[in-house]
Amino acid sequence: MLTDTILFYIFALLVLGGGVLTITRHSAMHAAISLIVSLLGVAGLYLMQQAEFLFAVQIILYVGGIMLLFLFVIMLVNLDEAAKQRQFNRQWLIALVAVAAVGAQVGYFIYRGQGSFHFAAPLVAGTPAGLGNTEQIADSLFGEYLLPFEVASVLLLVAVVGSVVMAKKRI
Amino acid sequence: MHPITTVHYLALSAALLLIGTVGVLTRRNVVIILMSIELILNAVNINLIAFSHALQNVNGQVFAIFVITDAVAEAAVGLGILIALFRNKETVQADEIDLLKW
Repeated sequence: MLTDTILFYIFALLVLGGGVLTITRHSAMHAAISLIVSLLGVAGLYLMQQAEFLFAVQIILYVGGIMLLFLFVIMLVNLDEAAKQRQFNRQWLIALVAVAAVGAQVGYFIYRGQGSFHFAAPLVAGTPAGLGNTEQIADSLFGEYLLPFEVASVLLLVAVVGSVVMAKKRI
Repeated sequence: MHPITTVHYLALSAALLLIGTVGVLTRRNVVIILMSIELILNAVNINLIAFSHALQNVNGQVFAIFVITDAVAEAAVGLGILIALFRNKETVQADEIDLLKW
């Protein structure tokens, strides 16, 4: 139990530290590296909550796929000029006030609703039914959620076509 | 030391969501705004996984997979738009992209 607590705080530090660095660094490249650290921390949190399949998906798809896409765009688009200019826009004060208001609300609700969250059973040792995490997800995804799954594939097709059309010089 | 409960995960998720929102609202660089959106989507996923674990129900993880699918589609299209925009306007600063402004 103590190991869990320590691991949680380590991963939380990675997630939040990486997040803060992502939104404060001048260079987009540094921000991308910080975002990778943050995403790896999130992957660790998945593993702590017995979501092994999502742990693998997070590392392969986010860190391997989406961040690669970001790095390619940083390479293609010349960001040196942008790194020297002002990094924050003029509405930053009002934005911080609005976010603080939202944060106060969320914090209040989590604080007040804490009693309702006590169903958080301490880690169950192993899965009861003998089914692994991936098998459970597959059963749910290809059974109950088959239609959303197919719709998601259409969405990905649209995204592929759309991004090619956008990035191409002449169609 | 207290054992880690769902509340810890919810607080962490809320903090990450707020960090992402600050990034979206205050940064000028469009690439970093897109990265902040990824942070927000990850906060949502932490929330879904926390409840999935707490209720011992795998549906939350299926939802997280759909969220990741959306994140991939959004990043691909967003970065494609960004490349097209940079080709035409030679800028990636969000407040200099004001073609629709009166």
